[in-house]
Amino acid sequence: MTTQNAPREIVEDAAASAGDLAVQMIEVNKWYGDFHVLRDINLEVFRRERIVICGPSGSGKSTLIRCINRLEEHQSGRIIVDGVELTEDVKKIEEIRREVGMVFQHFNLFPHLTVLENCTLAPIWVKRMPKKEAEEIAMHFLEKVRIPEQAHKYPGQLSGGQQQRVAIARSLCMKPQIMLFDEPTSALDPEMIKEVLDVMVELAESGMTMLVVTHEMGFARQVADRVIFMDQGQIVEMNTPDEFFSNPKSERTKLFLSQILH
Amino acid sequence: MTTETRRIVFYRDEMLPPKPPPPATTGVIGWMRRNLFSDWWNTLLTFIGLYIIWLIVSWLVDFAILSAVFTGEDRNACLPKNGVEVGACWAFVNARFNQFMDGFYPTDQEWRYLLLYAVGIVLLVPLLIPKAPYKGLNALLLFGAYPLLAYLLLYGAPSLGLPVVETTQWGGLLLTLVIASVGIVISLPLGILFALGRRSELPVIRFLSIVFIEFWRGVPLITVLFMSSVMLPLFLPEDVTLDKVIRPLVGVALFAAAYMAEVVRGGLQAIPKGQYEAAQALGLTYWRMMGLIILPQALKLVIPGIVNTFIGLFKDTSLVSIIGLFDLLGIVQSALSDPKWSTPTTAATAYLFLALTYWLFCFGMSRYSIFMERYLHTGHKR
Ligand SMILES: Nc1ncnc2c1ncn2[C@@H]1O[C@H](COP(=O)(O)OP(=O)(O)OP(=O)(O)O)[C@@H](O)[C@H]1O
Ligand SMILES: [Mg+2]
Repeated sequence: MTTQNAPREIVEDAAASAGDLAVQMIEVNKWYGDFHVLRDINLEVFRRERIVICGPSGSGKSTLIRCINRLEEHQSGRIIVDGVELTEDVKKIEEIRREVGMVFQHFNLFPHLTVLENCTLAPIWVKRMPKKEAEEIAMHFLEKVRIPEQAHKYPGQLSGGQQQRVAIARSLCMKPQIMLFDEPTSALDPEMIKEVLDVMVELAESGMTMLVVTHEMGFARQVADRVIFMDQGQIVEMNTPDEFFSNPKSERTKLFLSQILH
Repeated sequence: MTTETRRIVFYRDEMLPPKPPPPATTGVIGWMRRNLFSDWWNTLLTFIGLYIIWLIVSWLVDFAILSAVFTGEDRNACLPKNGVEVGACWAFVNARFNQFMDGFYPTDQEWRYLLLYAVGIVLLVPLLIPKAPYKGLNALLLFGAYPLLAYLLLYGAPSLGLPVVETTQWGGLLLTLVIASVGIVISLPLGILFALGRRSELPVIRFLSIVFIEFWRGVPLITVLFMSSVMLPLFLPEDVTLDKVIRPLVGVALFAAAYMAEVVRGGLQAIPKGQYEAAQALGLTYWRMMGLIILPQALKLVIPGIVNTFIGLFKDTSLVSIIGLFDLLGIVQSALSDPKWSTPTTAATAYLFLALTYWLFCFGMSRYSIFMERYLHTGHKR
């Protein structure tokens, strides 16, 4: 499995030059009213790196990754994505959103458009791509997620697993630099989880920079370069999956792992 | 019962052929038996209902057709014959039909609005048929070129050899249709804008939208019309004169826009947050997100409400007769005061004619909305 090792080497190389940072979060804080939801978050994600984020419900995992494409606003600190700093500037936000794909827990496909139209919409309207080219790219990615035959159906006619794979293809059609996943398999029945994870593993092996919020620890072991454990809006522990699972340092992490791994 | 007598193994060599259902639980007879004649009380109610329907229908048929007068030159045709009152005096409607259609539009210029109707139908019908091609071009012609053509044809352009017909000469169904269609075409986009404004994150825009919507919703349309015809001229500089038809037209359109805004807002509220987030995450700008993702779904949800507002607007146009415009209601009412046609049944006939005409248009809109809902529902599941 050469693909398993390759990115790790890249990570070590990349550590030398900051230009290879995909995402940089410096002292990021966020509040919902009085509620301090993100506290002093410092995180550097290298290009081609795969990061899995886990933690108890309400710990701020979703909020953290949603700050990266500005679905949530942070109130202090800096977030730099692909060399562009997130500010109030709408143009910069749109620039970053073009480079960052996102997959949601509840798929959020557009129900009034066919699968193919879901996939071609953003390339056509955001990247101003000719329709024919956009459709070719869409079919390419629908094949990658193994549902080209569903292209002309509407999302409501697909199973949950199929919908989530369409959602992944839809994001990939924008040729993003970074992919964010927010619990992509938690709304799925067990037999559908695997078909989505398989697609994600393949994507990871192709070298995509990924931040994945998930409780699928098998997936974390298999593809993650780093695992981050969050609690109460803070990063509690961050380590390679081997170390993280076999030798967790913090008491909080040990407790959490004992609860989810039985 | 003991376990010995219970069959626990079973198999079948021959398959059962389908049998017809027991008699008369299906079909018209079955339906009637279940719903109309299930017991003596129900049967009694059914007969009373039938009797009432019979009374109304037979009276209506007699009045409107059997004892109606269809031709005649003046009131003499419709006066009681041998002491017996005649039915509807269609001769009156017939004699005034032309005026009911266009008010005081010059007779030799009538071809202009007839042509406009024809072009309108040619442009509107394919736009309403979902499967007809060239929707974009079609819409552009109907909403871009057609209003210009309507202005040139209806009002006139001496340079093109079309003599000017002042709006004071417009009337009847023509005026009703002008006010209704301009109102419809203005109120929908304006209503959408104010609905979006009311949900905007920018406080100033949200505030202005709320002020607009609540102002127009809080004032009766009659008041608006009186204000536009009596008070507005007082506030305008003396050399500015707003057309007598345009003033109430703007009033009707803005009034409907406020209602439309609330209907559309209801639709917007039904769209899950995830749809906005997915659109934003793909990098769509605000207007693209709204135009491509949110509004198509939201508007589809509120088609009944939108058409309801259209129907209300169509009927509300009749209020302009109160401020002295001769729309369909106004012109018919003014014709009633003509002594040449004063007979016992003239007024009833005229109002029957009015009701039928308004009903035809409103019923048409209502049927189309039902068709559209069904079409969009089967178009894509869920
Ligand atoms: N819009 C909001 N307004 C107020 N509080 C919020 C809002 N969104 C989230 N929160 C709170 O912020 C905290 C973190 O939420 P977040 O969704 O990031 O948690 P999470 O780690 O993703 O949890 P889960 O595993 O349940 O998805 C939670 O306590 C939540 O109640
Ligand atoms: Mg979450």
